[in-house]
Amino acid sequence: MKVRGLPVIFAGGVLFGAGLAISKMVEQEVVLAFLQLRDLGLAMTMGAALLVAIPIYQLAPRLRPAPPLGPVWDRHPRRVTRRHVLGSALFGVGWGLSGICPGSTIASLGTGNWPILAAVAGMLAGAWAQGVLLPESTEPRVSAAAP
Amino acid sequence: MDDLLPNGAWHYFNGGLLIGAGIGLVYLLTGRIAGVSSFLTAAQSWWSGRPVFHTARVLEERTWKGTLICGLILGALAHTLISGSTFVTSVQWWRLFAGGLLVGLGTRVARGCTSGHGICGNASFAAPSLAATAVFMAVAIVTAQIVSAIGVAP
Repeated sequence: MKVRGLPVIFAGGVLFGAGLAISKMVEQEVVLAFLQLRDLGLAMTMGAALLVAIPIYQLAPRLRPAPPLGPVWDRHPRRVTRRHVLGSALFGVGWGLSGICPGSTIASLGTGNWPILAAVAGMLAGAWAQGVLLPESTEPRVSAAAP
Repeated sequence: MDDLLPNGAWHYFNGGLLIGAGIGLVYLLTGRIAGVSSFLTAAQSWWSGRPVFHTARVLEERTWKGTLICGLILGALAHTLISGSTFVTSVQWWRLFAGGLLVGLGTRVARGCTSGHGICGNASFAAPSLAATAVFMAVAIVTAQIVSAIGVAP
């Protein structure tokens, strides 16, 4: 399967990772300081990210029928389901306990934060458990040998 | 506001602008939603032969989200090298692992995390993302208060 725009995706990742590091979201203590309501920085970071992302997500699909380097404008589901709510509650417990979330944890590897490997192992095990124990019932079983 | 931003505000804000720029760049040019949690599922295909981890979608995500993740790590590494300071957390191993388990399971059940729902989905004004964000924020804050109150630090 050929995915176009991989260099752009890589570049976007670099900006994303640099932003996580500059904002110190890669530091679990900083995230915990927010969740303990001692330092509201994380809210500022999310707000600033949304300031940039909202115009792009709102305008781009309305200005072009398709993206320059992709097949379609990916769309988010519009119907709230129990999975969204219950899954987010589980995520919230884990995040509140450890200051871990997928993006910041993976980026944290780039700061020399070697203990975070425990969190990476945990996340991978948790994701495995979801696929095996709580899979999406509508996931299509498509052969891996797609052209 | 000094109490609530004891470490200043600008690095939080500027870092956030860059995060939005990175996610926005990916969507603007490729139309793809740069959420991170689905990579946790895609990675399973490297060691598990189960069909659920080998759908066409999962394998495609392994390629491009894998590329995104490489960028994520390199971006943080670049900042570390330029600023000259590394970071090592003092959060305990058991919290990192247990927290990770809940995060891996929960984000995949919810089909998104702080980036996928919190930034991408909310930027699209998608109701599931607004709901997910409200729930994981509230639950995380309550959990962190309890953990802190029983004396577990940091």
